[in-house]
Amino acid sequence: MSKIDLTIKIAGEAGQGLQTMGQLLSRAFARQGYFVFSSQVLQSRVRGGHNWFQVRVSNERVLAPSPVTDILIAFDVESSRHTKELTKDSVVIFDSNAVKITPFKGISLDIPLSKIASDNGGNRIMANIVAVGAVLGLLEFDTQVLSCLIKESFGEKDKQVADANIRIAQAGYDFTFKKIQGNRLPVLKEKIGRPKMFVGGSESTALGALAAGCQFISAYPMSPSTGIMTYLAAKEDDYHVVVEQSEDEIASINIALGAAFAGVRSMTASSGGGFALMAEGLSLAGMIETPIVIVIAQRPAPATGLPTRTAQEDLEFAIHAGHGEFPRAVIAPATIEDIFYETARAFNIAEKYRIPVLILTDQFMADSAMTIDDLDVESVKIERRILSQDELKDIKEYKSYLLTRSGVSPRALPGNPCCFVTADSDEHDETGRITEDLDIMRPEMVKKRNRKNAGLLKDSRPPKWYGPRDAKNFLIGWGSTYGPLKEAVDMLNADKEKVALMHFSDVWPLNEKYFGFLKKAGYAAVVENNFGGQFARLITRATGIVIKNTINKYNGLPFDAQEIVKAYKKLK
Amino acid sequence: MTDIGSLGKYETAWCPGCGDFGILDAVKDAFVKLDLDMHKTVLVSGIGQAAKLPQYLDCNFFNGLHGRAIPAATGIKIANRCLNVIVTSGDGDIYGEGGNHFIHAIRRNIDITVIVHNNQVYGLTKGQASPTSDAGFVTKVQTHGVISEPFHPLGVAIVLGAGFVARSFSGDKEHLSQMIQEGVKHKGFSLIDVLQPCVTFNKKNNFVWYKQRIYKLPEDHDAHDKAKAYEKAMEWGDKIPVGIIYHDGRAAYEDACGLMKDKALIDQDVSAPARIRPIFKEFL
Repeated sequence: MSKIDLTIKIAGEAGQGLQTMGQLLSRAFARQGYFVFSSQVLQSRVRGGHNWFQVRVSNERVLAPSPVTDILIAFDVESSRHTKELTKDSVVIFDSNAVKITPFKGISLDIPLSKIASDNGGNRIMANIVAVGAVLGLLEFDTQVLSCLIKESFGEKDKQVADANIRIAQAGYDFTFKKIQGNRLPVLKEKIGRPKMFVGGSESTALGALAAGCQFISAYPMSPSTGIMTYLAAKEDDYHVVVEQSEDEIASINIALGAAFAGVRSMTASSGGGFALMAEGLSLAGMIETPIVIVIAQRPAPATGLPTRTAQEDLEFAIHAGHGEFPRAVIAPATIEDIFYETARAFNIAEKYRIPVLILTDQFMADSAMTIDDLDVESVKIERRILSQDELKDIKEYKSYLLTRSGVSPRALPGNPCCFVTADSDEHDETGRITEDLDIMRPEMVKKRNRKNAGLLKDSRPPKWYGPRDAKNFLIGWGSTYGPLKEAVDMLNADKEKVALMHFSDVWPLNEKYFGFLKKAGYAAVVENNFGGQFARLITRATGIVIKNTINKYNGLPFDAQEIVKAYKKLK
Repeated sequence: MTDIGSLGKYETAWCPGCGDFGILDAVKDAFVKLDLDMHKTVLVSGIGQAAKLPQYLDCNFFNGLHGRAIPAATGIKIANRCLNVIVTSGDGDIYGEGGNHFIHAIRRNIDITVIVHNNQVYGLTKGQASPTSDAGFVTKVQTHGVISEPFHPLGVAIVLGAGFVARSFSGDKEHLSQMIQEGVKHKGFSLIDVLQPCVTFNKKNNFVWYKQRIYKLPEDHDAHDKAKAYEKAMEWGDKIPVGIIYHDGRAAYEDACGLMKDKALIDQDVSAPARIRPIFKEFL
């Protein structure tokens, strides 16, 4: 089977149903066993503007958006800006009754979308369902799959609405299937594998938290993190998780810390600005040694920045936020699939060391979705490390902040009949009571807390090495850039460049021993969605090695593989 | 059995003659009279002289950040509704730095008891005005006297729908103990604003000043009448009422949230990750 790599871009105003269309198409392809990667580029507004939802479908695993558009559905005049992404074989679907656009490159396909919708018993808004049908007609896709999806999404009670949608989609399908023969698009008639899950970044985070037994999230809505609390809210009753929309992010982290202190796994989520408000609470978590998971879905800043765009600007902030010295772990998952496992793991790290653990994602990750064969939820382990009543009975005098070699004090929960449990934001002694003993207790407590770094460093995982094992040249990345970087490495190697990708997820504490590859490296470049090269600086801090080559993008959009390839060749 | 002895005895960092001593005594007295299981009780405070109170008791405590006692208490109660959660902190902490949390905790009606040591001045930072300082109160910072209108905690609480709003005085242990007992028994957010002299930094609102003005609400005060309660809550000057100013019942957060109605969150079984597998079909 030859390689299929097809990108459908649905472009238009907010409120035109772009998401619905993208979801329907993606899930239809996933059901037939195809690999799908979808991503969204949005303006910060509820209606209007120019947004797009792109669906990349392939018979091989895809993890990044493509710079090429094969089918463009143009719902507004502004869609003509995508002309540069088209090839001569690309198809552009539009309705000249609604959108007056100048001829595009590629094959223009003027379809009376609204008219087809009305003629088949629908309203004008349902033009988008006609377009979905039209796309599938071009690809000779099995319409039964779409019909099933529509039926399921409306359910039995809205059977009439579902039937109308199915009829309208079929009309769109017939329009292109009958008339547009001989296009050069791939044929997706066959089912090529078992149905795949189609999971979004925020959903994957929420699922990881649920699997880990997280029972509480307090958060204040902030793009692009809101999807996490929204998803968990839908699962409150069935999966025993409470979602509290707090009055502000200061409350978010302090409520979550209260809940964690009392014994339920707790988290909060925000973007950079909200996390900034949490900084004092983060420091509190470090002081009272209370486990918590904080998700930062990054977006371009400073200040409000670009609320609906993407960036990797908060790495240094995540590492340094909070006054004073205390240990933390920062994890930046590579893919949407990894977020699930890394979120679950974050809860274990937080409890193992009684520390805050930060997960760094970004808008690109939060608002994208990918196909996953299956999430191996059975492999998730929940390690609570809380003293049982029997264990507590054997302890003569329980101390919440017992000085230990690892720095970790055994944890008890308030409410047990054997001992009292304390938390104190003041410097405290082993029992958690205020101390100003500067000769012994203060230095001992500082050392105790910071001793945890040694364990964290030991537990930190190596980078993912992708590409030839004997490569001398490296692209280095962290977090969400994995997908585009992996594809860039494939392209470069196909082009006879021998390059490997070193991708780091455990970005703090950063373990020097994982940088041995740099000693033999011929050429290395750090690729980041920021201006300053924050990870490059972090590498220098951990290893003393200065990497001069950096590829940075900071306009608010994610990387695509081609631009990384171009930048690599130019730098080299 | 909870007796005075089991509550411990600690050396404090308070000034001699501080109103905080009276509050600590009344808190202990209330706990004994309620026979509160101290292992099922958590005291929560922020930062300030008042916020040190939990340190002087044998108990579970969460001595958090300045202004953030109420959020921490909220989280504790949500996680384990079987715990008695009692906040003791100052006026600067609860009404100033934590003002936003005060507002929203009342709206949530989380079942916590908030005891505010209200001495109308900042003690630990050495004598600046607090949100409840009287207009004209002169300090080293408010050199021309406080310009802002004082914050009216009781009035605000009633307007926001708090179910238990009381005022007492640190100099009347019996009355204060009674208010604390009633507040703890109340299911939902309860506020006890405690007038308290600061012997070091508030030379105006001293023991005698309060003593001359305070009067107990008459027996016929209808604590269920919101309008009358509001009127009493705003009474300040020559006469200051103490007692249960407003008392009402509405569903506490824990009862309104169906999930923890029957069982504390912490007692629900989430130990098997595979329990979430049924969700996955949503994604197919």
